[in-house]
Amino acid sequence: MDSILYLLGGFATALEPMNLTFAAIGVMLGTAVGVLPGIGPALTVALLLPITFKLDPGGSLIMFAGIYYGGMYGGSTTAILLNTPGESASVVTALEGNQMAKRGRGGPALATAAIGSFVAALIATAGLAFFAPILVKLAVKFGPWDYFGLMLIAFITVSATFGSSPLRGLTSLGIGLWLGLVGIDQLTGQTRLAFGVPNLMDGIEVTTLAVGLFALGEALFVVSRHAFSDDAPMAIKGSIWMSREDWSRSWRPWLRGTAVGFPIGALPAGGAEIPTFLSYTMERKLAKRPEEFGHGAIEGVAGPEAANNASAAGTLVPLLTLGLPTSATAAVMLAGFQQYNLQPGPLLFVQHPALVWGLVASLFIANVMLLVLNLPMVGLWVKLLKIPLPWLYGGILVFASMGTIAANPSVVELLMLVGFGFLGFVMRRYDYPVAPAVVGLILGPMADSQLRRALQMSLGDPMILLQHPGSATMIGIAVLALIAPFLFKGLSRFRQDED
Amino acid sequence: MTSTQDAGLHRPTLIIGLALFALAMITFHDAWNMKIRASYGMGADAASYFVAGFLGLLAIGHLIAAFRPQPEADAADWAGVIWVSLGLAGLTLSVWLGGGFILGSTLLFVLTARAFGRKAILTDLLIGLALGLGIFLLFNKLLTLALPAGPLERLF
Repeated sequence: MDSILYLLGGFATALEPMNLTFAAIGVMLGTAVGVLPGIGPALTVALLLPITFKLDPGGSLIMFAGIYYGGMYGGSTTAILLNTPGESASVVTALEGNQMAKRGRGGPALATAAIGSFVAALIATAGLAFFAPILVKLAVKFGPWDYFGLMLIAFITVSATFGSSPLRGLTSLGIGLWLGLVGIDQLTGQTRLAFGVPNLMDGIEVTTLAVGLFALGEALFVVSRHAFSDDAPMAIKGSIWMSREDWSRSWRPWLRGTAVGFPIGALPAGGAEIPTFLSYTMERKLAKRPEEFGHGAIEGVAGPEAANNASAAGTLVPLLTLGLPTSATAAVMLAGFQQYNLQPGPLLFVQHPALVWGLVASLFIANVMLLVLNLPMVGLWVKLLKIPLPWLYGGILVFASMGTIAANPSVVELLMLVGFGFLGFVMRRYDYPVAPAVVGLILGPMADSQLRRALQMSLGDPMILLQHPGSATMIGIAVLALIAPFLFKGLSRFRQDED
Repeated sequence: MTSTQDAGLHRPTLIIGLALFALAMITFHDAWNMKIRASYGMGADAASYFVAGFLGLLAIGHLIAAFRPQPEADAADWAGVIWVSLGLAGLTLSVWLGGGFILGSTLLFVLTARAFGRKAILTDLLIGLALGLGIFLLFNKLLTLALPAGPLERLF
């Protein structure tokens, strides 16, 4: 029951006026940017990362939490009103939500999404607070071989589950791993693939890659498709409040969505898409009036939205306890930690308990703020959808490149950003997922050094990986996950888009 | 990504495969020339060889896939892509040649807006200028981050 004490301490930190202000700013910024079409939580966090550079770690991580949840919330607003999901986790929300909006029930759709997200995030964050310390106790016993096995699982599952074919996912991962090689090797001092360019010696910044692939790549892709699309936001008609019937149809889907979302989000294969799709299918099967599905069934918004937010809290479990990012958003969050030289993992809980638990507590607070501030202000956020696309993308590009050169003022960095932008464009155009590249860049060097540490301890004997039951099991799972999609083509049903 | 090409060679897949192969060769060459060796266990070159091999396998996968039916990419408006590219080039050149952040970001904003079909260049120029100035003041004065300075920035 230590975790309750720690959590109370965390609330004491998070409720300090300064930190409350950070949480509020984060929530507002996150929602504002998340509402913009085409911008999901990963990009929201990446774009807003530079703003937090000069703040103290505690405050800015709290702001992050707000940005993260705000971005998720904003994404569902776009999905419902514009039928352009800002993230693929809200693709399912758009199915029923946009239909509801077309039938003049946009208000209740937004409300059930918001309240469902709130309920789910509350339960799932409690789950995070409960399970994280247990996992930390387990993780401190992990040797380098176990970490290596864990990273193998993350590599394979992330690239096999994202994108339209395993070949494409693995290619994206390969690019990430290749970029991870660049720079001076920490163990031997050997330079890899830097070609004598001083800026490359320190390796490639995760945020530069993420912003390049997500923001620039997305902008280039959108402009290439712009001439062929037409979207107009729905006006919210009628009451925004849910009727008694809406409530009674919503609460069970919220709870079921949470039950599906949290555990799946916490798995290394993570992500929010599988749980949202599962929740949607489940609600459709369980619904009293299944014929309403496809024409604006409120259950189809309530369940997936809850699953979406619960899985977001679930993703934080491996991120905080093991330092293992399992989604694009988590990868960018990890970069956020690293800019303060904080390495998420079991040691973070030991060395910076106040910071970790302050962050967990602020997740609760960010959710309360989202509900209290955002539901009445939804009209204001919708106005953001009216920003003309030319200005919107002009602004996004200016802001994205600004973030990169503010963090690292050099032309080389800017050139890399632009290069990654075109890479992202090509990848998006030919249906390659971009998240595995980001995960590969982060985890590649980590896997490399864990493996070498393991081999140094065994005096070079690779069998050490199979002699420890933990790492042997995990390597087995990774191999299975790699081979399975090629053997069973039917598994493609579970393939997901990235967030 | 709707229609599927029936038969024949899928050129983008082939090109991506060749690019991956080139990347694998560069990585292999780089690893080959590494001087520092680890006393026991793996050296820094092992990971490079692994990635080179992995990319090589992916290249082979692409070469095989190029002869199978692949989803055809959607039509693209290349003029828009070129306008955005010009904007990004504008920003890069401005920072490179000491034109500063505000000038560069204004160029980027105007050219991106043009890419999305805006014709009112003067309005966009003013908006871009205001945006760049606002960001510069926020970051350099409030958050004390150093954005590249040019003649415009030195006025403040």
